[in-house]
Amino acid sequence: MPTAKVNGVEVAFENGMTVLQVAELAGEEIPRFCYHERLSIAGNCRMCLVEVKPGPPKPQASCALPAAEGQEIVTNSPMVMKARQGVMEFLLINHPLDCPICDQGGECDLQDQSMGYGRDATRYAENKRAVEEKYMGPLIKTVMTRCIQCTRCVRFISEVAGISEIGLISRGEDVEITTYLDAAVTSELSANVIDLCPVGALTSKPYAFNARPWELTKTPSVDVMDALGSAIRVDARGPAVLRVLPRTNDEINEEWISDKTRYACDGLSRQRLDRPMIRVGGRLTPVTWAKALETVAARIKGSAPDRIGVIAGDLQDAESMKAALDLFGALGVASLDCRQDGMALGAGPRESWLFNSTIAGLEQADAVLLVGTNPRLEAPVLNARIRKLWLSGRARIGAIGAIADLTYEHEHLGSGGAALLGLADSNEDFARAFREARRPAIIIGAGALCRPDGAAVLGAAARAAEAFGLVREGWNGWNILHAAAARAGGLDLGFTPRPSGRSALEMMAKGALDVLLLLGADEIDLAASDAFVVYLGTHGDSGAHRADLVLPGAAYTEKSGLYVNTEGRVQRGERAVFPKGEAKEDWAILRALSEHLGARLPYDTLDALRAKLFADHPSFGQIDYAPGSTPARLDFSGLGTAAEISDAPFASPVKAFHLTNPIARASVTMAQCAALAAGARMAAE
Amino acid sequence: MFQRIGQAIKGAALMDFAGAFGLAMKYMIRPKATVLYPNERGPQSPRFRGEHALRRYPNGEERCIACKLCEAICPAQAITIEAEAREDGARRTTRYDIDMVKCIYCGLCQEACPVDAIVQGPNTEFSVETREELYYDKERLLENGDRWEREIAKNLELDAPYR
Repeated sequence: MPTAKVNGVEVAFENGMTVLQVAELAGEEIPRFCYHERLSIAGNCRMCLVEVKPGPPKPQASCALPAAEGQEIVTNSPMVMKARQGVMEFLLINHPLDCPICDQGGECDLQDQSMGYGRDATRYAENKRAVEEKYMGPLIKTVMTRCIQCTRCVRFISEVAGISEIGLISRGEDVEITTYLDAAVTSELSANVIDLCPVGALTSKPYAFNARPWELTKTPSVDVMDALGSAIRVDARGPAVLRVLPRTNDEINEEWISDKTRYACDGLSRQRLDRPMIRVGGRLTPVTWAKALETVAARIKGSAPDRIGVIAGDLQDAESMKAALDLFGALGVASLDCRQDGMALGAGPRESWLFNSTIAGLEQADAVLLVGTNPRLEAPVLNARIRKLWLSGRARIGAIGAIADLTYEHEHLGSGGAALLGLADSNEDFARAFREARRPAIIIGAGALCRPDGAAVLGAAARAAEAFGLVREGWNGWNILHAAAARAGGLDLGFTPRPSGRSALEMMAKGALDVLLLLGADEIDLAASDAFVVYLGTHGDSGAHRADLVLPGAAYTEKSGLYVNTEGRVQRGERAVFPKGEAKEDWAILRALSEHLGARLPYDTLDALRAKLFADHPSFGQIDYAPGSTPARLDFSGLGTAAEISDAPFASPVKAFHLTNPIARASVTMAQCAALAAGARMAAE
Repeated sequence: MFQRIGQAIKGAALMDFAGAFGLAMKYMIRPKATVLYPNERGPQSPRFRGEHALRRYPNGEERCIACKLCEAICPAQAITIEAEAREDGARRTTRYDIDMVKCIYCGLCQEACPVDAIVQGPNTEFSVETREELYYDKERLLENGDRWEREIAKNLELDAPYR
C-alpha cells in the first residue's frame, strides 16, 4: 500500500483514493460543500483546499486530487487557513444573511463552517445577487438566492435517481440551478436533495418553518413503507412526528430514503383511531376498552375455532403477530394469514421467501433478471442500487413484466409467463449472458406471485433458477422482493393457514367466517364478507370502514417493534412518540384480550414476549443480521406448482406509489404527490 | 466603677436623648429618598428589564420571524413558539407564549433576538390576582408592544451606542 504524510503523520492508503480521503484516514477534518462520498467529484466549491508537496506552490482542491506515494499533505498551515477564509468570504458575498428565517439554520454546513473560516463582518458593500425561486414540486421548497452552486442536487438526480431533471444553467454570476421546464421532480428519491443541499437553498416544503433541529427528539428507527426496512431517524416534538430523515446504513439504504418514507409521516396525525369503537346502528360509537374487549371475547367464545380468522396487515411488527399467533393458536384457530394479497409463498425453506443475495450483495451480481417487479415503485432505494450496478457496467439487466421506465437500460424479455417458461431454453442474447454469468440474480416481485396462478409462476421461476444455477458456491441469486414491510416477518413466524385453515382470500368470501380479526389489514376487499369484523389498527382506512369493532393500536413510530426486511434481516424500530389518545401497543391489546378469553398469554412485558419470540423462532434473535450474507443451499424442488400460467402480463402490485398503505393514504403530502403523479401518467398516456 | 459613674452622669444630662433627637432632626430636613409612588417614580435605566413586549415595524408588520433563538436561549424555558408559513409565504409565529411566572427577567431573549422583536420594556406594573393571567400569549405581547412602543424605541436608541 502506498503511504503519504498528513501533517507529518505517515498514513497508508489504497490506490485511487483522493487527497481528501487520505486526510480523513489520518483523522483530519476537511471542510467541503460540493464533495460527497456517494456522488461524483465536482471540485467546484474550493473549500477543501490543502497544501500538497510535491506540487505547485499553491493550495489545491483535495477532493479532486489523486493521492500519490510519498505526498506530503498539510491541512492546517497558515496558507491553507488563509485560502479557505478567502473561499468562505467569496461564498458569503452572494449568500444572504437570513439564517434566522432559514429552515437550514442549526443544521447548515455553511453556517457551521463560517464559524471556523468566516470573518466577523463583511467587506462587501455592493448589491448581492438575487435568484428567482424554482418550482420543484410539493416536497422541495427552493430559496435559490441561498444557493452556492455546489451541484450536489444535480449530481444526485442524474447519477443516483437517474432522472436528468435538475441542471445548472448560465455562467459566472448568472449561474443558477433549475428544473427541466419548471416541472416537479418526478423521481421517487427526489427529496434526498434536501439532505444533500449544504445550505438552505433546497428545504423541505411540508416541514417549512415547523421546528428547529434543536427542539426535536431524535429516535433511530426502521422504515415500514416498503420491505427494505431502510434506516431512518424519527424527529418528533411533543406528541407529533415532524419529520423522518435517513440514517446511513450501507447494507440497505446507503443514505437515501424514498419520498414516501420521508413524507408519509404527516399521515401519522390524521385519520387516527384513538378510541375503541363499536358499530351501533351503522355508526361507530366510542366505548371503553373493557366493553370493547368483552364484546370481542364474547364473539370469539361464541364461535367455533374454524369460523374464526385472523389477517395480519403490511405494517405489523413481529411481536404483535407473535402474540396473535400464540393467542389464536391456543384457541385452535387454523385460519391465520399474513398474505392479504394472496402471495404464493410461505411453504418451503426460509430462503425461498428472502432476498438472498442481500441488497448490498446485489452489487456483486453480473446479470440481474427482474420478474414481475417494478423496483422503482416497490423499493425505490433498491432501484437506485440496481442503477448503481448498471452504471458500473458490470451487469446486464433483463426484465419480464409490464414495460416501465426503471431509470436504467434493461432488456425487456417479455411481459408474461411465456417469457419466463421459455427462458431456460432461449438462445437470445440476455439468456445466454444469464447462463454464462458468474453471479446471476433473479428478483421476483410480489406482482408475479400475488396472482391466482402465483404458485405456478413461482414454480416456473424455481425451475428457471435451477436451470441457470442461481444458487452456487458462495452465491445465492434467488431474490424475492416483497412489497410489504411485515411480510417476511410474518412468513418467518409461520403466520400462514394451518392445513385445515383458510387463506386470506378465502376468509373474505361470504359466509366463510363468523369472526374476522384484522391486524392492520387494509388492502383487502371485505364487501362480500358477513363476518363480525374486528379491526385492530391505527387509521380510519378501508379496514376500519368495514369493521364492526375497532381497537386502536400503535403506528410504527409509537411502539418498539421488530421488523424483518425482504433480506430476512431483523431490525428493531424504537418508539418516538406515544400512541394517540386511548390507543395501546398492539401486543398489549392482544394480551388484554387473552385475559378476557381466559387463555392468558404467558408474557406481561415486551421483553418477556421477545424472549418467547426468540426461543420459538431463533432467526429473530439475530438482530441486524441478513442470512444471505452467508449463502445457504436452497432446494427448489418443493417450490410452487407446474400448473398453467395465464398470459396476462406481470404487473407491479404498486399502482400508485404514494398511496400504498393506510399511513400514506392519510397523508396530505402524499395525496398532493399522488395527484401530480396521476396527472403525469395521464399526460403520458 | 468609673464607668458606672460616667453612665449615670450621661443619663442625668439626657445625652442619649439629645443625640437621637439630633439625628431625627437631621433626617427631617434632609431631602426624602422615598417617592410618592403612583404619582412619582424613581429613575430607570434605558436597560431596565421589565415586562415583555413584541414589537412591530412602523408599517404595522410584526417583527418576530419565528427564528426561535429566544426560545432556545431562555434559561428558564419560559418561551414556547410554534410557527408556520403565513399565507404570503412569510415565516411567522402561530403561537408565542411566555410564562411570566417562570421568567427570571434575565434579558437573554432580547439579546438573542436578531430583529429586536421581543424586548423587555420599562413596565413593572403588571401584578395580577391569578396565576393564569401571567401566561402571556402572542396577542397580549403584541398589545404590550403597541402600548409601550414609544418608550421602548427611545430606550433602544439610548442604549444603541453601547451595543
